[in-house]
Amino acid sequence: MISLTHFLILGAVLFCMSVAGIFLNRKNVIILLMAIELMLLAVNINFIAFSHYLGDTAGQIFVFFILTVAAAEAAIGLAILVVVFRNRHTINVDDLDSLKG
Amino acid sequence: MNVELLLFYAFAAVIVFAAGMVITIRNPVHAALFLVLAFFASAGVWLLLEAEFLAITLVLVYVGAVMVLFLFVIMMLDINLTPLKEGFTRYLPVGVLISLVLILEMAMIVGPERFGLEAIADPAGHGPDYSNTKELGRLLYTTYVYPFEIAAVILVVAIIAAIVITLRPIRQSKYISPDKQVKVRREDRVRIVKMPAEKKNQEDSQ
Repeated sequence: MISLTHFLILGAVLFCMSVAGIFLNRKNVIILLMAIELMLLAVNINFIAFSHYLGDTAGQIFVFFILTVAAAEAAIGLAILVVVFRNRHTINVDDLDSLKG
Repeated sequence: MNVELLLFYAFAAVIVFAAGMVITIRNPVHAALFLVLAFFASAGVWLLLEAEFLAITLVLVYVGAVMVLFLFVIMMLDINLTPLKEGFTRYLPVGVLISLVLILEMAMIVGPERFGLEAIADPAGHGPDYSNTKELGRLLYTTYVYPFEIAAVILVVAIIAAIVITLRPIRQSKYISPDKQVKVRREDRVRIVKMPAEKKNQEDSQ
């Protein structure tokens, strides 16, 4: 039988792989956004696993709201990305330093 | 080893493989397609967890809308990929080390002694007349109706923000800005010049 540990370990592995992805692709904003989507997916797997094993549907409602917010975040993030590329002709994070931060 | 466990391992292997390709592959288009594969496989995992509505939502919303948006943007931008991959090998040891440490720490916490079948038993499955969609809808429109409406407002804000951010003003047509038109005062347009009146006789004599 599948135990809750199986799903939690899967979520943990997925989350850690996306953290590694943020480290490896720190120049490319598009891959960074994709890594964030992977992180949210790992969190959602945890939520649904707990919802199933504890018999509480509230976890699935929470995943529903996470999906909503993630869709909004992706839309606005990509819009900002398009505007940045239009103005600077690059999406390299190292070149986006006009704020001198 | 029963069928469910076999299916879980198959889906998990696909998810981990696709995630690995997303973070290592050169071409962003291929990365987006592997992300689609990861979403499909996790929809399968969610089906194993009896979350049918959310599994279908994941395929419809993520694969159908969000990832298509990603692909649109990637193909629309003409990206020079060579400088974006600099430092990949430089940061590889650090990234792998940190993720391994994270996985070990999390595995210690969520290990089988705390969340195994002895600690949390597998719940009995629902009957054939149980509807996951109906149950979610009942909760969503009663207990969680207020957060549900806030989610709708967030989506509207996201639509308007995305449109306004990417909107380019049209400069071809000659038009007058209404606010500038309203702000105009008489002094800006008309200048009254004082000068002595001229007489008709002087003109005749010259």
